[in-house]
Amino acid sequence: MVEKRPLLDLFAHAVLVLGAIVVAFPIYVTFVASTRTFEEIMQVPMPLLPGEHFLENYAQVLFAGTTTGSRAAVWNMLLNSTIMALIVPLGKISISILSSFAIVYFRFPLRNFFFWMIFVTLMLPVEVRIIPTFQVISNLGMLNTFAGLTLPLIASATATFLFRQYFMTIPDELAEAARMDGAGPMRFFWDVVLPLSKTTMAALFVIQFIYGWNQYLWPLLITSDESMYTTVIGIKRMIVGGDAANEWNLIMATAMLAMLPPALVVLLMQRWFVKGLVETEK
Amino acid sequence: MEKRVTFRSAWLPYVLVAPQLAITVVFFFWPASQAVWFSFQLQDAFGIASEFVGLENFKALFADPHYLQSFKTTAVFSLAVATSGIAISLLLATMADRVIRGALAYKTVLIWPYAVAPAVAGVLWAFLFAPSIGIITYVLKGMGVDWNWIIQGDQAMLLVIIASVWKQISYNFLFFLAGLQSIPKSLIEAAAIDGAGPSRRFWTIVIPLLSPTTFFLLVVNIVYAFFETFGVIDATTQGGPAGATQILVYKVYYDGVKAADIGGSSAQSVILMFIVIALTAVQFRFIERKVQY
Repeated sequence: MVEKRPLLDLFAHAVLVLGAIVVAFPIYVTFVASTRTFEEIMQVPMPLLPGEHFLENYAQVLFAGTTTGSRAAVWNMLLNSTIMALIVPLGKISISILSSFAIVYFRFPLRNFFFWMIFVTLMLPVEVRIIPTFQVISNLGMLNTFAGLTLPLIASATATFLFRQYFMTIPDELAEAARMDGAGPMRFFWDVVLPLSKTTMAALFVIQFIYGWNQYLWPLLITSDESMYTTVIGIKRMIVGGDAANEWNLIMATAMLAMLPPALVVLLMQRWFVKGLVETEK
Repeated sequence: MEKRVTFRSAWLPYVLVAPQLAITVVFFFWPASQAVWFSFQLQDAFGIASEFVGLENFKALFADPHYLQSFKTTAVFSLAVATSGIAISLLLATMADRVIRGALAYKTVLIWPYAVAPAVAGVLWAFLFAPSIGIITYVLKGMGVDWNWIIQGDQAMLLVIIASVWKQISYNFLFFLAGLQSIPKSLIEAAAIDGAGPSRRFWTIVIPLLSPTTFFLLVVNIVYAFFETFGVIDATTQGGPAGATQILVYKVYYDGVKAADIGGSSAQSVILMFIVIALTAVQFRFIERKVQY
Protein backbone atom coordinates (compact mmCIF):
# COMPACT_ATOMS: atom_id res chain seq x y z
CA MET A 1 0.00 0.00 0.00
CA VAL A 2 1.22 3.41 -0.95
CA GLU A 3 -0.43 5.66 1.58
CA LYS A 4 -2.72 5.55 4.58
CA ARG A 5 -6.29 6.31 3.64
CA PRO A 6 -8.56 4.81 6.28
CA LEU A 7 -11.71 6.01 4.54
CA LEU A 8 -10.70 4.47 1.24
CA ASP A 9 -9.82 1.20 2.99
CA LEU A 10 -13.22 1.20 4.57
CA PHE A 11 -14.80 1.78 1.19
CA ALA A 12 -12.75 -1.06 -0.32
CA HIS A 13 -13.91 -3.45 2.38
CA ALA A 14 -17.49 -2.29 1.94
CA VAL A 15 -17.39 -2.94 -1.81
CA LEU A 16 -15.79 -6.34 -1.31
CA VAL A 17 -18.24 -7.39 1.38
CA LEU A 18 -21.13 -6.33 -0.81
CA GLY A 19 -19.63 -8.17 -3.79
CA ALA A 20 -19.04 -11.29 -1.72
CA ILE A 21 -22.62 -11.19 -0.42
CA VAL A 22 -24.09 -10.84 -3.91
CA VAL A 23 -21.89 -13.66 -5.19
CA ALA A 24 -22.59 -15.94 -2.25
CA PHE A 25 -26.31 -15.21 -1.86
CA PRO A 26 -27.62 -17.57 -4.57
CA ILE A 27 -25.47 -20.37 -3.19
CA TYR A 28 -26.67 -19.70 0.35
CA VAL A 29 -30.33 -19.72 -0.70
CA THR A 30 -29.70 -22.94 -2.60
CA PHE A 31 -28.30 -24.50 0.53
CA VAL A 32 -31.21 -23.29 2.66
CA ALA A 33 -33.73 -24.61 0.13
CA SER A 34 -31.99 -27.97 0.11
CA THR A 35 -32.57 -28.37 3.86
CA ARG A 36 -36.28 -27.54 3.85
CA THR A 37 -39.45 -29.37 2.92
CA PHE A 38 -41.35 -28.61 -0.26
CA GLU A 39 -44.15 -26.91 1.73
CA GLU A 40 -41.71 -24.66 3.59
CA ILE A 41 -40.22 -23.41 0.31
CA MET A 42 -43.64 -22.77 -1.14
CA GLN A 43 -44.34 -20.13 1.53
CA VAL A 44 -43.86 -16.60 0.32
CA PRO A 45 -41.34 -15.42 1.38
CA MET A 46 -39.45 -18.65 1.88
CA PRO A 47 -37.48 -18.98 5.14
CA LEU A 48 -33.87 -17.82 5.00
CA LEU A 49 -32.41 -20.05 7.68
CA PRO A 50 -31.43 -23.68 7.18
CA GLY A 51 -34.08 -26.21 8.15
CA GLU A 52 -33.95 -29.71 9.56
CA HIS A 53 -34.44 -31.84 6.47
CA PHE A 54 -30.89 -31.90 5.24
CA LEU A 55 -30.36 -35.65 5.51
CA GLU A 56 -33.82 -36.49 4.28
CA ASN A 57 -33.55 -34.42 1.09
CA TYR A 58 -30.05 -35.49 0.21
CA ALA A 59 -30.81 -39.16 0.83
CA GLN A 60 -33.93 -38.84 -1.32
CA VAL A 61 -32.11 -37.40 -4.34
CA LEU A 62 -29.03 -39.56 -3.99
CA PHE A 63 -30.94 -42.82 -4.00
CA ALA A 64 -34.35 -42.16 -5.52
CA GLY A 65 -34.37 -38.92 -7.50
CA THR A 66 -37.42 -36.65 -7.52
CA THR A 67 -40.99 -37.83 -7.62
CA THR A 68 -42.48 -35.38 -10.14
CA GLY A 69 -39.54 -35.04 -12.53
CA SER A 70 -36.77 -37.47 -13.38
CA ARG A 71 -36.63 -40.48 -11.08
CA ALA A 72 -33.01 -41.29 -11.79
CA ALA A 73 -30.87 -41.58 -8.67
CA VAL A 74 -28.32 -38.81 -8.29
CA TRP A 75 -25.47 -41.00 -7.00
CA ASN A 76 -25.32 -42.59 -10.42
CA MET A 77 -25.23 -39.14 -12.06
CA LEU A 78 -22.41 -38.09 -9.77
CA LEU A 79 -20.55 -41.20 -10.81
CA ASN A 80 -21.12 -40.41 -14.50
CA SER A 81 -20.02 -36.80 -14.04
CA THR A 82 -16.90 -37.97 -12.24
CA ILE A 83 -16.00 -40.44 -14.97
CA MET A 84 -16.58 -37.82 -17.64
CA ALA A 85 -14.67 -35.12 -15.73
CA LEU A 86 -11.73 -37.52 -15.37
CA ILE A 87 -11.65 -38.88 -18.93
CA VAL A 88 -11.70 -35.41 -20.51
CA PRO A 89 -8.57 -34.03 -18.80
CA LEU A 90 -6.67 -37.32 -18.79
CA GLY A 91 -7.43 -37.95 -22.46
CA LYS A 92 -6.60 -34.41 -23.46
CA ILE A 93 -3.38 -34.35 -21.48
CA SER A 94 -2.11 -37.67 -22.75
CA ILE A 95 -2.79 -37.19 -26.44
CA SER A 96 -1.60 -33.61 -26.51
CA ILE A 97 1.59 -34.10 -24.52
CA LEU A 98 2.60 -36.75 -27.07
CA SER A 99 1.74 -34.69 -30.11
CA SER A 100 3.38 -31.53 -28.84
CA PHE A 101 6.50 -33.54 -27.95
CA ALA A 102 6.63 -34.74 -31.55
CA ILE A 103 6.02 -31.26 -32.92
CA VAL A 104 8.68 -29.62 -30.76
CA TYR A 105 11.41 -32.26 -30.70
CA PHE A 106 11.30 -33.67 -34.23
CA ARG A 107 11.66 -32.34 -37.74
CA PHE A 108 9.52 -34.29 -40.14
CA PRO A 109 7.61 -33.74 -43.34
CA LEU A 110 4.07 -32.37 -42.79
CA ARG A 111 4.99 -31.17 -39.30
CA ASN A 112 3.61 -27.69 -39.87
CA PHE A 113 0.58 -29.04 -41.65
CA PHE A 114 -0.26 -31.25 -38.65
CA PHE A 115 0.29 -28.37 -36.30
CA TRP A 116 -2.18 -26.21 -38.21
CA MET A 117 -4.71 -29.02 -38.37
CA ILE A 118 -4.68 -29.20 -34.60
CA PHE A 119 -4.59 -25.44 -34.28
CA VAL A 120 -7.80 -24.89 -36.27
CA THR A 121 -9.84 -26.79 -33.67
CA LEU A 122 -9.30 -23.88 -31.29
CA MET A 123 -11.65 -21.83 -33.40
CA LEU A 124 -14.79 -23.93 -33.30
CA PRO A 125 -16.35 -24.87 -29.99
CA VAL A 126 -18.57 -27.94 -29.87
CA GLU A 127 -21.63 -25.69 -29.65
CA VAL A 128 -21.11 -24.57 -33.25
CA ARG A 129 -20.99 -28.01 -34.82
CA ILE A 130 -23.48 -29.88 -32.65
CA ILE A 131 -25.73 -31.37 -35.32
CA PRO A 132 -23.04 -32.91 -37.55
CA THR A 133 -21.00 -34.07 -34.54
CA PHE A 134 -24.12 -35.69 -33.17
CA GLN A 135 -24.59 -37.52 -36.46
CA VAL A 136 -20.98 -38.70 -36.47
CA ILE A 137 -21.38 -40.06 -32.95
CA SER A 138 -24.64 -41.72 -33.87
CA ASN A 139 -23.09 -43.27 -37.01
CA LEU A 140 -20.29 -44.65 -34.88
CA GLY A 141 -22.87 -46.15 -32.50
CA MET A 142 -21.55 -44.09 -29.59
CA LEU A 143 -24.80 -42.58 -28.30
CA ASN A 144 -25.17 -43.12 -24.56
CA THR A 145 -21.54 -44.15 -24.12
CA PHE A 146 -18.68 -42.47 -22.34
CA ALA A 147 -16.69 -42.52 -25.56
CA GLY A 148 -19.39 -40.47 -27.27
CA LEU A 149 -19.62 -38.13 -24.29
CA THR A 150 -15.93 -37.38 -24.07
CA LEU A 151 -14.12 -37.89 -27.40
CA PRO A 152 -15.54 -34.79 -29.18
CA LEU A 153 -14.53 -32.68 -26.16
CA ILE A 154 -11.02 -34.12 -26.21
CA ALA A 155 -10.53 -32.95 -29.80
CA SER A 156 -9.21 -29.53 -28.89
CA ALA A 157 -5.93 -27.74 -29.18
CA THR A 158 -5.70 -25.81 -25.91
CA ALA A 159 -3.59 -28.42 -24.14
CA THR A 160 -1.36 -28.98 -27.18
CA PHE A 161 -0.60 -25.28 -27.20
CA LEU A 162 0.18 -25.09 -23.56
CA PHE A 163 2.57 -28.05 -23.73
CA ARG A 164 4.23 -26.73 -26.85
CA GLN A 165 4.77 -23.39 -25.17
CA TYR A 166 6.17 -25.06 -22.09
CA PHE A 167 8.49 -27.40 -24.04
CA MET A 168 9.99 -24.42 -25.82
CA THR A 169 11.22 -23.15 -22.46
CA ILE A 170 13.00 -26.42 -21.56
CA PRO A 171 16.74 -25.72 -22.03
CA ASP A 172 18.29 -27.33 -25.11
CA GLU A 173 21.18 -28.52 -22.96
CA LEU A 174 18.95 -31.14 -21.39
CA ALA A 175 18.17 -32.72 -24.75
CA GLU A 176 21.80 -32.44 -25.79
CA ALA A 177 23.00 -34.12 -22.61
CA ALA A 178 20.45 -36.87 -23.00
CA ARG A 179 21.51 -37.53 -26.55
CA MET A 180 25.16 -37.53 -25.61
CA ASP A 181 24.46 -40.12 -22.94
CA GLY A 182 22.80 -42.24 -25.59
CA ALA A 183 19.18 -41.77 -24.54
CA GLY A 184 16.62 -42.18 -27.31
CA PRO A 185 13.70 -39.76 -27.72
CA MET A 186 11.26 -41.83 -25.68
CA ARG A 187 13.74 -42.25 -22.85
CA PHE A 188 14.22 -38.48 -22.87
CA PHE A 189 10.44 -38.05 -22.85
CA TRP A 190 9.87 -40.32 -19.84
CA ASP A 191 12.84 -39.30 -17.75
CA VAL A 192 13.12 -35.58 -18.48
CA VAL A 193 10.13 -34.02 -20.21
CA LEU A 194 7.39 -35.78 -18.26
CA PRO A 195 8.72 -35.02 -14.76
CA LEU A 196 9.37 -31.40 -15.76
CA SER A 197 5.80 -30.99 -17.02
CA LYS A 198 4.13 -31.95 -13.75
CA THR A 199 2.94 -28.45 -12.80
CA THR A 200 1.62 -27.78 -16.28
CA MET A 201 -0.25 -31.07 -16.17
CA ALA A 202 -1.72 -30.29 -12.74
CA ALA A 203 -2.89 -26.87 -13.89
CA LEU A 204 -4.47 -28.32 -17.03
CA PHE A 205 -6.08 -31.08 -15.03
CA VAL A 206 -7.90 -28.63 -12.75
CA ILE A 207 -9.20 -26.50 -15.62
CA GLN A 208 -10.26 -29.45 -17.73
CA PHE A 209 -11.84 -31.29 -14.81
CA ILE A 210 -14.18 -28.35 -14.27
CA TYR A 211 -14.77 -28.06 -18.00
CA GLY A 212 -15.71 -31.74 -18.21
CA TRP A 213 -17.88 -31.68 -15.09
CA ASN A 214 -19.83 -28.61 -16.20
CA GLN A 215 -20.60 -29.74 -19.74
CA TYR A 216 -24.23 -29.26 -20.64
CA LEU A 217 -25.19 -29.10 -24.31
CA TRP A 218 -23.19 -32.13 -25.38
CA PRO A 219 -24.44 -34.58 -22.73
CA LEU A 220 -27.94 -33.21 -23.29
CA LEU A 221 -27.80 -34.45 -26.88
CA ILE A 222 -25.86 -37.64 -26.39
CA THR A 223 -27.54 -39.10 -23.31
CA SER A 224 -31.14 -40.18 -23.68
CA ASP A 225 -30.73 -43.09 -21.29
CA GLU A 226 -31.30 -42.17 -17.63
CA SER A 227 -28.40 -44.31 -16.48
CA MET A 228 -26.03 -42.10 -18.51
CA TYR A 229 -27.23 -38.70 -17.21
CA THR A 230 -24.60 -36.43 -15.76
CA THR A 231 -25.51 -34.39 -12.69
CA VAL A 232 -25.98 -31.12 -14.57
CA ILE A 233 -28.33 -32.84 -17.02
CA GLY A 234 -30.10 -34.51 -14.12
CA ILE A 235 -31.01 -31.12 -12.64
CA LYS A 236 -32.43 -29.99 -15.93
CA ARG A 237 -34.52 -33.16 -16.17
CA MET A 238 -35.95 -32.57 -12.70
CA ILE A 239 -37.44 -29.24 -13.75
CA VAL A 240 -40.72 -30.14 -15.31
CA GLY A 241 -42.98 -27.14 -15.28
CA GLY A 242 -44.12 -24.05 -13.39
CA ASP A 243 -42.94 -22.96 -9.95
CA ALA A 244 -45.24 -25.18 -7.93
CA ALA A 245 -44.71 -28.30 -10.03
CA ASN A 246 -41.01 -28.55 -9.27
CA GLU A 247 -39.72 -30.09 -6.08
CA TRP A 248 -37.34 -27.23 -5.46
CA ASN A 249 -35.96 -28.65 -2.24
CA LEU A 250 -34.76 -31.75 -4.10
CA ILE A 251 -33.59 -29.81 -7.14
CA MET A 252 -31.56 -27.53 -4.90
CA ALA A 253 -30.05 -30.48 -3.05
CA THR A 254 -28.95 -31.86 -6.41
CA ALA A 255 -27.61 -28.44 -7.40
CA MET A 256 -25.50 -28.40 -4.22
CA LEU A 257 -24.17 -31.85 -5.09
CA ALA A 258 -23.43 -30.71 -8.64
CA MET A 259 -21.49 -27.66 -7.41
CA LEU A 260 -19.52 -29.28 -4.65
CA PRO A 261 -16.90 -31.39 -6.47
CA PRO A 262 -15.70 -28.66 -8.90
CA ALA A 263 -15.82 -26.08 -6.09
CA LEU A 264 -13.65 -28.31 -3.90
CA VAL A 265 -11.21 -28.80 -6.75
CA VAL A 266 -11.01 -25.03 -7.26
CA LEU A 267 -10.61 -24.22 -3.59
CA LEU A 268 -8.14 -26.97 -2.73
CA MET A 269 -6.02 -26.53 -5.84
CA GLN A 270 -6.33 -22.74 -5.98
CA ARG A 271 -2.68 -22.19 -6.77
CA TRP A 272 -2.63 -24.50 -9.80
CA PHE A 273 -6.06 -23.40 -10.82
CA VAL A 274 -5.08 -19.74 -11.09
CA LYS A 275 -1.85 -20.64 -12.85
CA GLY A 276 -3.64 -22.91 -15.29
CA LEU A 277 -6.33 -20.37 -16.00
CA VAL A 278 -4.00 -17.48 -16.64
CA GLU A 279 -1.67 -19.60 -18.76
CA THR A 280 -4.07 -21.64 -20.88
CA GLU A 281 -5.72 -18.48 -22.10
CA LYS A 282 -2.59 -16.68 -23.17
CA MET B 1 10.28 -20.62 -32.50
CA GLU B 2 12.23 -23.75 -33.27
CA LYS B 3 14.31 -26.07 -31.13
CA ARG B 4 17.99 -26.30 -31.98
CA VAL B 5 18.38 -29.80 -30.65
CA THR B 6 16.04 -32.37 -32.14
CA PHE B 7 15.79 -36.12 -32.37
CA ARG B 8 15.77 -38.14 -35.54
CA SER B 9 13.34 -40.88 -36.40
CA ALA B 10 11.49 -41.74 -39.59
CA TRP B 11 8.37 -43.09 -37.91
CA LEU B 12 8.23 -42.08 -34.23
CA PRO B 13 6.87 -38.53 -34.65
CA TYR B 14 4.00 -39.84 -36.77
CA VAL B 15 3.10 -42.38 -34.12
CA LEU B 16 3.16 -39.65 -31.48
CA VAL B 17 0.86 -37.26 -33.31
CA ALA B 18 -1.41 -40.06 -34.58
CA PRO B 19 -3.84 -40.22 -31.61
CA GLN B 20 -4.52 -36.51 -31.57
CA LEU B 21 -4.80 -36.32 -35.35
CA ALA B 22 -7.18 -39.28 -35.45
CA ILE B 23 -9.48 -37.69 -32.88
CA THR B 24 -9.24 -34.30 -34.58
CA VAL B 25 -10.14 -35.72 -37.98
CA VAL B 26 -13.02 -37.91 -36.81
CA PHE B 27 -14.59 -35.54 -34.31
CA PHE B 28 -13.66 -32.21 -35.79
CA PHE B 29 -12.93 -32.17 -39.51
CA TRP B 30 -15.54 -34.73 -40.43
CA PRO B 31 -18.42 -32.94 -38.62
CA ALA B 32 -17.22 -29.47 -39.56
CA SER B 33 -17.11 -30.34 -43.24
CA GLN B 34 -20.51 -32.00 -42.94
CA ALA B 35 -21.87 -28.78 -41.48
CA VAL B 36 -20.63 -26.91 -44.54
CA TRP B 37 -22.01 -29.61 -46.85
CA PHE B 38 -25.44 -29.70 -45.16
CA SER B 39 -25.67 -25.94 -45.31
CA PHE B 40 -25.93 -26.19 -49.12
CA GLN B 41 -28.65 -28.81 -48.97
CA LEU B 42 -32.35 -28.96 -48.42
CA GLN B 43 -33.77 -32.01 -46.67
CA ASP B 44 -37.34 -33.17 -47.02
CA ALA B 45 -39.61 -33.39 -44.02
CA PHE B 46 -38.64 -36.98 -43.22
CA GLY B 47 -34.90 -36.53 -43.57
CA ILE B 48 -34.74 -39.21 -46.26
CA ALA B 49 -33.92 -37.32 -49.44
CA SER B 50 -31.93 -34.15 -49.78
CA GLU B 51 -31.04 -31.99 -52.74
CA PHE B 52 -28.32 -29.50 -53.44
CA VAL B 53 -29.71 -25.98 -53.24
CA GLY B 54 -26.57 -23.85 -53.28
CA LEU B 55 -26.89 -20.72 -51.20
CA GLU B 56 -30.66 -21.02 -50.75
CA ASN B 57 -30.38 -21.82 -47.04
CA PHE B 58 -28.31 -18.71 -46.46
CA LYS B 59 -30.68 -16.55 -48.49
CA ALA B 60 -33.63 -17.91 -46.54
CA LEU B 61 -31.86 -17.16 -43.28
CA PHE B 62 -31.13 -13.55 -44.06
CA ALA B 63 -34.69 -13.07 -45.26
CA ASP B 64 -36.01 -14.53 -42.01
CA PRO B 65 -36.92 -11.79 -39.51
CA HIS B 66 -36.52 -14.28 -36.63
CA TYR B 67 -32.93 -14.88 -37.57
CA LEU B 68 -32.15 -11.19 -37.86
CA GLN B 69 -33.89 -10.65 -34.54
CA SER B 70 -31.69 -13.37 -33.05
CA PHE B 71 -28.61 -11.48 -34.27
CA LYS B 72 -29.83 -8.39 -32.50
CA THR B 73 -30.64 -10.33 -29.33
CA THR B 74 -27.17 -11.87 -29.35
CA ALA B 75 -25.53 -8.48 -29.80
CA VAL B 76 -27.46 -6.92 -26.91
CA PHE B 77 -26.92 -9.96 -24.70
CA SER B 78 -23.20 -10.41 -25.33
CA LEU B 79 -22.39 -6.71 -25.01
CA ALA B 80 -24.35 -6.45 -21.78
CA VAL B 81 -22.70 -9.57 -20.35
CA ALA B 82 -19.20 -8.50 -21.39
CA THR B 83 -19.33 -4.86 -20.30
CA SER B 84 -21.12 -5.31 -17.00
CA GLY B 85 -19.06 -8.38 -16.14
CA ILE B 86 -15.83 -6.54 -16.85
CA ALA B 87 -16.87 -3.38 -14.98
CA ILE B 88 -17.96 -5.23 -11.85
CA SER B 89 -14.88 -7.47 -11.79
CA LEU B 90 -12.54 -4.55 -12.33
CA LEU B 91 -14.09 -2.73 -9.39
CA LEU B 92 -13.81 -5.80 -7.16
CA ALA B 93 -10.26 -6.60 -8.27
CA THR B 94 -9.09 -3.01 -7.66
CA MET B 95 -10.51 -3.14 -4.16
CA ALA B 96 -9.13 -6.62 -3.49
CA ASP B 97 -5.70 -5.42 -4.62
CA ARG B 98 -5.90 -2.64 -2.05
CA VAL B 99 -6.95 -4.52 1.07
CA ILE B 100 -4.57 -6.70 3.03
CA ARG B 101 -6.73 -8.07 5.80
CA GLY B 102 -9.18 -10.71 4.63
CA ALA B 103 -7.88 -10.71 1.06
CA LEU B 104 -7.82 -14.51 0.89
CA ALA B 105 -11.35 -14.82 2.27
CA TYR B 106 -12.75 -12.40 -0.32
CA LYS B 107 -10.88 -14.15 -3.08
CA THR B 108 -12.16 -17.56 -2.02
CA VAL B 109 -15.79 -16.41 -2.08
CA LEU B 110 -15.39 -14.53 -5.34
CA ILE B 111 -13.89 -17.42 -7.30
CA TRP B 112 -16.50 -19.94 -6.25
CA PRO B 113 -18.92 -19.25 -9.17
CA TYR B 114 -16.23 -20.35 -11.61
CA ALA B 115 -16.87 -23.90 -10.44
CA VAL B 116 -20.61 -23.65 -11.07
CA ALA B 117 -21.91 -24.99 -14.37
CA PRO B 118 -23.70 -22.36 -16.49
CA ALA B 119 -26.85 -24.47 -16.47
CA VAL B 120 -26.77 -24.71 -12.67
CA ALA B 121 -26.15 -20.95 -12.42
CA GLY B 122 -29.26 -20.50 -14.54
CA VAL B 123 -31.29 -22.74 -12.23
CA LEU B 124 -30.11 -20.89 -9.10
CA TRP B 125 -31.08 -17.48 -10.44
CA ALA B 126 -34.31 -18.75 -11.95
CA PHE B 127 -35.20 -19.97 -8.46
CA LEU B 128 -34.37 -16.62 -6.83
CA PHE B 129 -36.41 -14.81 -9.46
CA ALA B 130 -39.21 -17.38 -9.76
CA PRO B 131 -42.45 -15.51 -10.50
CA SER B 132 -44.49 -16.91 -7.61
CA ILE B 133 -42.04 -18.22 -4.99
CA GLY B 134 -38.77 -16.39 -5.69
CA ILE B 135 -37.27 -14.50 -2.77
CA ILE B 136 -36.08 -11.62 -4.98
CA THR B 137 -39.46 -11.54 -6.71
CA TYR B 138 -40.96 -11.06 -3.25
CA VAL B 139 -38.66 -8.14 -2.50
CA LEU B 140 -39.35 -6.62 -5.92
CA LYS B 141 -43.10 -6.93 -5.37
CA GLY B 142 -42.64 -5.08 -2.10
CA MET B 143 -41.03 -2.28 -4.11
CA GLY B 144 -43.92 -2.27 -6.55
CA VAL B 145 -42.20 -4.04 -9.43
CA ASP B 146 -44.33 -6.53 -11.30
CA TRP B 147 -41.81 -9.28 -11.93
CA ASN B 148 -42.60 -12.20 -14.21
CA TRP B 149 -39.89 -13.19 -16.65
CA ILE B 150 -41.97 -16.01 -18.02
CA ILE B 151 -44.20 -13.45 -19.73
CA GLN B 152 -42.04 -10.35 -20.06
CA GLY B 153 -39.22 -10.49 -22.58
CA ASP B 154 -37.10 -7.69 -21.07
CA GLN B 155 -37.14 -9.31 -17.67
CA ALA B 156 -36.22 -12.68 -19.15
CA MET B 157 -33.27 -11.03 -20.85
CA LEU B 158 -32.24 -9.35 -17.60
CA LEU B 159 -32.41 -12.69 -15.79
CA VAL B 160 -30.12 -14.51 -18.23
CA ILE B 161 -27.72 -11.54 -18.23
CA ILE B 162 -27.52 -11.55 -14.43
CA ALA B 163 -26.97 -15.31 -14.26
CA SER B 164 -24.31 -15.20 -17.00
CA VAL B 165 -22.46 -12.27 -15.46
CA TRP B 166 -22.54 -13.85 -12.00
CA LYS B 167 -20.96 -17.00 -13.39
CA GLN B 168 -18.25 -15.07 -15.25
CA ILE B 169 -17.23 -12.58 -12.52
CA SER B 170 -14.68 -14.98 -11.00
CA TYR B 171 -12.86 -15.46 -14.26
CA ASN B 172 -12.56 -11.73 -15.00
CA PHE B 173 -11.70 -11.02 -11.38
CA LEU B 174 -8.73 -13.41 -11.40
CA PHE B 175 -7.34 -11.95 -14.61
CA PHE B 176 -7.70 -8.37 -13.39
CA LEU B 177 -6.11 -9.26 -10.07
CA ALA B 178 -3.16 -10.89 -11.84
CA GLY B 179 -2.92 -7.82 -14.09
CA LEU B 180 -3.03 -5.41 -11.15
CA GLN B 181 -0.38 -7.32 -9.27
CA SER B 182 1.98 -7.17 -12.23
CA ILE B 183 1.91 -3.34 -12.30
CA PRO B 184 5.25 -2.17 -10.83
CA LYS B 185 4.74 -0.70 -7.37
CA SER B 186 7.40 1.91 -8.13
CA LEU B 187 5.15 3.51 -10.75
CA ILE B 188 2.32 3.90 -8.28
CA GLU B 189 4.66 5.19 -5.58
CA ALA B 190 6.28 7.72 -7.89
CA ALA B 191 2.85 9.06 -8.83
CA ALA B 192 1.84 9.23 -5.17
CA ILE B 193 4.98 11.20 -4.29
CA ASP B 194 4.16 13.60 -7.10
CA GLY B 195 0.84 14.18 -5.39
CA ALA B 196 -1.54 12.06 -7.47
CA GLY B 197 -4.43 10.72 -5.39
CA PRO B 198 -5.87 7.22 -5.65
CA SER B 199 -8.48 8.03 -8.29
CA ARG B 200 -6.02 10.03 -10.43
CA ARG B 201 -3.58 7.12 -10.27
CA PHE B 202 -6.32 4.68 -11.17
CA TRP B 203 -7.36 6.54 -14.32
CA THR B 204 -3.93 7.58 -15.56
CA ILE B 205 -1.76 4.59 -14.60
CA VAL B 206 -3.79 1.52 -13.75
CA ILE B 207 -6.39 1.72 -16.53
CA PRO B 208 -3.90 2.22 -19.39
CA LEU B 209 -1.64 -0.56 -18.08
CA LEU B 210 -4.60 -2.89 -17.74
CA SER B 211 -5.86 -2.21 -21.25
CA PRO B 212 -4.32 -5.39 -22.77
CA THR B 213 -6.01 -7.48 -20.06
CA THR B 214 -9.27 -5.63 -20.55
CA PHE B 215 -9.23 -6.14 -24.28
CA PHE B 216 -8.41 -9.81 -23.91
CA LEU B 217 -11.27 -10.21 -21.45
CA LEU B 218 -13.63 -8.38 -23.77
CA VAL B 219 -13.01 -10.95 -26.52
CA VAL B 220 -13.18 -13.89 -24.10
CA ASN B 221 -16.40 -12.60 -22.56
CA ILE B 222 -18.04 -12.10 -25.92
CA VAL B 223 -17.10 -15.64 -26.93
CA TYR B 224 -18.43 -16.83 -23.58
CA ALA B 225 -21.71 -14.99 -24.09
CA PHE B 226 -22.00 -16.39 -27.62
CA PHE B 227 -21.52 -20.05 -26.76
CA GLU B 228 -21.16 -21.11 -23.17
CA THR B 229 -24.29 -19.32 -22.00
CA PHE B 230 -26.31 -21.94 -23.84
CA GLY B 231 -26.69 -23.76 -20.52
CA VAL B 232 -27.95 -20.65 -18.73
CA ILE B 233 -30.59 -20.03 -21.37
CA ASP B 234 -31.72 -23.62 -21.82
CA ALA B 235 -32.11 -24.10 -18.07
CA THR B 236 -34.13 -20.90 -17.62
CA THR B 237 -35.97 -19.20 -20.49
CA GLN B 238 -35.31 -21.66 -23.34
CA GLY B 239 -35.12 -18.75 -25.71
CA GLY B 240 -38.49 -17.37 -24.70
CA PRO B 241 -40.74 -15.60 -24.17
CA ALA B 242 -41.43 -15.24 -27.89
CA GLY B 243 -37.76 -15.44 -28.81
CA ALA B 244 -36.72 -12.61 -26.49
CA THR B 245 -33.66 -14.51 -25.29
CA GLN B 246 -33.03 -16.64 -28.35
CA ILE B 247 -29.34 -16.08 -29.03
CA LEU B 248 -27.72 -17.46 -32.17
CA VAL B 249 -26.30 -20.63 -30.67
CA TYR B 250 -29.63 -21.42 -29.08
CA LYS B 251 -31.32 -21.05 -32.45
CA VAL B 252 -28.80 -23.45 -34.04
CA TYR B 253 -29.77 -25.98 -31.41
CA TYR B 254 -33.47 -25.27 -31.59
CA ASP B 255 -33.74 -25.38 -35.39
CA GLY B 256 -31.48 -28.40 -35.71
CA VAL B 257 -32.62 -30.55 -32.81
CA LYS B 258 -36.16 -29.47 -32.00
CA ALA B 259 -37.36 -28.32 -35.42
CA ALA B 260 -35.18 -30.82 -37.38
CA ASP B 261 -34.26 -28.25 -40.03
CA ILE B 262 -30.79 -29.64 -40.73
CA GLY B 263 -30.01 -27.39 -43.69
CA GLY B 264 -31.02 -24.18 -41.98
CA SER B 265 -29.30 -25.11 -38.74
CA SER B 266 -26.07 -26.04 -40.58
CA ALA B 267 -26.12 -22.76 -42.46
CA GLN B 268 -26.37 -21.00 -39.11
CA SER B 269 -23.46 -23.09 -37.85
CA VAL B 270 -21.38 -21.98 -40.82
CA ILE B 271 -22.20 -18.32 -40.14
CA LEU B 272 -21.28 -18.79 -36.48
CA MET B 273 -17.99 -20.38 -37.54
CA PHE B 274 -17.16 -17.23 -39.48
CA ILE B 275 -17.99 -15.07 -36.48
CA VAL B 276 -15.73 -17.15 -34.23
CA ILE B 277 -12.91 -17.08 -36.76
CA ALA B 278 -13.23 -13.29 -36.99
CA LEU B 279 -13.15 -12.98 -33.20
CA THR B 280 -10.12 -15.27 -32.98
CA ALA B 281 -8.33 -13.25 -35.64
CA VAL B 282 -8.96 -10.04 -33.68
CA GLN B 283 -7.63 -11.72 -30.57
CA PHE B 284 -4.47 -12.93 -32.31
CA ARG B 285 -3.68 -9.54 -33.76
CA PHE B 286 -3.95 -8.17 -30.27
CA ILE B 287 -1.63 -10.86 -28.87
CA GLU B 288 0.98 -10.07 -31.52
CA ARG B 289 0.84 -6.44 -30.56
CA LYS B 290 1.26 -7.29 -26.92
CA VAL B 291 4.40 -9.29 -27.69
CA GLN B 292 5.92 -6.30 -29.46
CA TYR B 293 4.89 -4.06 -26.61
